[in-house]
Amino acid sequence: MNPGVHDMLSAWGPQAGHVAWLWNVFLAICTVVFVALMVALFMALRRAPRIDAPEPPDLGTVNVPEPRLRRSVATAAAITILGLLALLVASVFTDRALARLPLQDAVNIQVTGHQWWWSVKYVDGAVSETFETANEIHVPVGRAVVVQLAAADVIHSFWIPSLAGKRDLIPGRSATLAFRADQPGIYRGQCAEFCGLQHAFMAFEVHAHPPAEYERWRRLQVATAAEPAEAQAQRGKQLFQSVSCAMCHTIQGTLAQGKKAPDLTHLASRRTIAAGTLPNTAGNLASWIADPHRHKPGVTMPAIPMSGEDLAAIVAYLGTLQ
Amino acid sequence: MRHGPLGEKPHPHKGRTKDGLAGGEVVARVLDETWSDPPGFLGWFCAVNHKAIGRRFLVTCLVFFALGGLLAATMRMQLSRPGNTLVGPDLYNQIFTMHGSTMMFLFAVPVFQAVAIYLVPLMVGARATAFPRMTAYSYWIFVFGGVMLYGAFFVNAGPDAGWFSYPPLAGPEYGAGKRSDIWAQMITFTEVSALLDAVIIICTVFKMRAPGMTLNRIPLYVWAMLVVAFMILFAMPAVALASSLLIMDRLVATHFYNPGEGGDVLLWQHLFWFFGHPEVYLIFLPGLGMISAMIPTFARRPMFGYTAMVLSLIATGFLSFGLWVHHMFATNVPELGKTFFTAASMLIAIPTAVQIYCWIATLWTGRLNFKVPLYYVLSFFVILVIGGMTGLMLASVSLDSQVHDSYFVVAHLHYVLIGGAVFPLFGALYYWYPKFCGHLMSERLGRWSFWLMFVGFNVAFFPMHILGMNGMPRRVYTYPAELGWGTLNFVSTLGAATLAIGIFLTLVNALRSARHGEAAGADPWGAGTLEWLAASPPRTCNFAALPVVHGRDPLWQGVPAGQVDHVCGLAADVREVLCTTVADAKPDSRMIFPEPTPAPFVAAVATTVLFVGSIFTPWAVVWGSIPLAIVLVWWFWPSQREAEEELALESTEELRAEQA
Repeated sequence: MNPGVHDMLSAWGPQAGHVAWLWNVFLAICTVVFVALMVALFMALRRAPRIDAPEPPDLGTVNVPEPRLRRSVATAAAITILGLLALLVASVFTDRALARLPLQDAVNIQVTGHQWWWSVKYVDGAVSETFETANEIHVPVGRAVVVQLAAADVIHSFWIPSLAGKRDLIPGRSATLAFRADQPGIYRGQCAEFCGLQHAFMAFEVHAHPPAEYERWRRLQVATAAEPAEAQAQRGKQLFQSVSCAMCHTIQGTLAQGKKAPDLTHLASRRTIAAGTLPNTAGNLASWIADPHRHKPGVTMPAIPMSGEDLAAIVAYLGTLQ
Repeated sequence: MRHGPLGEKPHPHKGRTKDGLAGGEVVARVLDETWSDPPGFLGWFCAVNHKAIGRRFLVTCLVFFALGGLLAATMRMQLSRPGNTLVGPDLYNQIFTMHGSTMMFLFAVPVFQAVAIYLVPLMVGARATAFPRMTAYSYWIFVFGGVMLYGAFFVNAGPDAGWFSYPPLAGPEYGAGKRSDIWAQMITFTEVSALLDAVIIICTVFKMRAPGMTLNRIPLYVWAMLVVAFMILFAMPAVALASSLLIMDRLVATHFYNPGEGGDVLLWQHLFWFFGHPEVYLIFLPGLGMISAMIPTFARRPMFGYTAMVLSLIATGFLSFGLWVHHMFATNVPELGKTFFTAASMLIAIPTAVQIYCWIATLWTGRLNFKVPLYYVLSFFVILVIGGMTGLMLASVSLDSQVHDSYFVVAHLHYVLIGGAVFPLFGALYYWYPKFCGHLMSERLGRWSFWLMFVGFNVAFFPMHILGMNGMPRRVYTYPAELGWGTLNFVSTLGAATLAIGIFLTLVNALRSARHGEAAGADPWGAGTLEWLAASPPRTCNFAALPVVHGRDPLWQGVPAGQVDHVCGLAADVREVLCTTVADAKPDSRMIFPEPTPAPFVAAVATTVLFVGSIFTPWAVVWGSIPLAIVLVWWFWPSQREAEEELALESTEELRAEQA
């Protein structure tokens, strides 16, 4: 499976673009200074005569000023200060450019970090227009996205390297992050603040669509889950509502209204399961439900003992949740 | 003839033998006898001699360095390929927490204090550190803290919330078991030890310098340690406070870090980084000091720009307290405030740059005696400068928003800490080894070790810059193959193995040279500072006669005609020391130093009982303080014999006066 773009230097939006530009400025200035310093050191080593034993020290400089050396060091220090000033100015201008992302007509999303997954809530429009999903954020190309960040348990950090820098999600505090994707595509993101056992598998994806396609997706998400047609899937729905799945998961339009775990209303439309841990295939889904700890040791989802037949029915039902 | 307050009479024999070169070897032997620690197994627990404590302290820190290194090797093996299952997430989290905590609290800070406990008295021309018993106590406390941490780790109760231990992950709700309490108490142990050592170093430098060693003649290494000691004094209490609040949250249900009850998780980050950022500088300033000691010796000329160097050290010490928020750029602290910290972080590059320029100027005008320590010093220029530049990148708010908490930071911090502290420390090891063991280390093996370390280090850590920019976050126990991080991680693991072999060669070198190394005289490198006046290894009393200093490099500059070259007249059969004034190092007063005693060891045991007990119950603080108080009373109980000896010294003075 193509994991999506995940690289701070391949910038696909203005925010990551500004930072990539700043990176180039820093890299250029630092490289010049580093090379200059190495040349100076190399010349000093070339120039100074070699001796093999501790000869008597040169005490000619005790209490005697060395104006040439002093001038050189002072000049080098002055150049250093100028270089640092240049870096500072470049940095501050980048901060300003980042803060000036146009936000009119922005898409508003609430992202909450949980151990170890992301809940994503689209909050624009009337209440009937809002909906919730998990671990997969869809955005329209060319429109700014304002993400309100919150944490449900410990500190997490929201990071999509190809679109924007990271922001921490801190319990008891609110933060926002704005970005814009300028090209359609799939951009990978991952939690960047150590958050416990499965910090390594707390990924998410940002899918950027052309506006019409985004609108289609949004319409689909607002809808409640479709009623399954096949008998096996129908049995799966019954099972889902009667065994412990429904204690934690929500499927809109059914009795399952748990709030502890990812909303599964449109699970089948997502590319991955378990916060980017596995591709969303029937086999992976079955294997995940049978024993989540095999894939993600320490995850809060328990393994529910059930027959192979029941498991197949639930997987079949989840497969209908387009 | 006067008597003591309780009617003590002056000791009949003590105080008659005086030190000084006139007495020759006989008096020197008496001095050695006076300053020696008791022999035997039990005597080992009574030791207060700064060289004995410093040696043990150093070896203990190096053992922790090796343990931390083994943990790092395990992590590198786990990460060498995607989806590896060598260690699971629970163990991995314990391992990286232990690695960070060990390297920061049990190696990087204490190892330089250990070296200072050994070297500073020699470099300032004293016979002991100030507060010798406290030196012993701080060592034992340190050992017990480290043993507790590793004991917990071996019974699967090692801390697992990172060396930074952020709540709520380390708090009562999400940090189950006693793991984070162990971490918080380890902080308390190392804290007590570090603060006491800081006080010891400050007092030794301020009050025990040889006459004539005015403030502007103090060796640069000693200056660096003085600045570091002051920084410890101001930085460490912040983390002690933070960890005490954490343990209270966990043990007695306070809510300092609980946002649900009006606490604030960012409070932890402010307190922790107010300590954590100066921590970086108090790890690498001693390295700078060591470089300033080695470069003049191997360039055969006094250091260029002494005043600029000292001012740079002090400026770094001050500025390091104004940078802590650059560890928190990803949080929601106000944006304008963050910009201030960007500017402050850039500012601190200036004093370090000035020092680097002064070193290059010294090398430029010197004649180079190219020995192994100089190799390590030169590698510092390459590695630390790269680390400093990536540090500038991290100082920029917007650039940091991308690279923060990624492998880029892992690369950066290892470039700074290994380049700024470990490479200079290894250079210092080769440089001062004769002063510890009396033999030189093998040059050939040293060069092999150096090149393996240098190449290995860069191969291990340079790829991490790229991994971070490719989006690899820190503190992940594994990663999916599709992301393409496997190759660079594998290369990095190979580099780490090379680095480990290089370090191992130095260990072999040190062990071999202790027996088979070329015998070193007092001053094998032809250096200029006072520690090279003492024998290698120094005799128990350090100096048979305390030197008098007439320049910055007393061994090079010698004694001007007609000036005194040593102090005489201190008692040789009593631990009498000379105190000098802070600025001008003029003889000020004499003091009797305490004798060896097991009290520091016993007090450390009692303190350990209190600290470890308070992991489990707050009542340990109450009941544990009783035995501790008893031990401390015993420790500080004035002895009749000491009073008599003191009186004897005064009475002989009177005797002399009468004779005159």
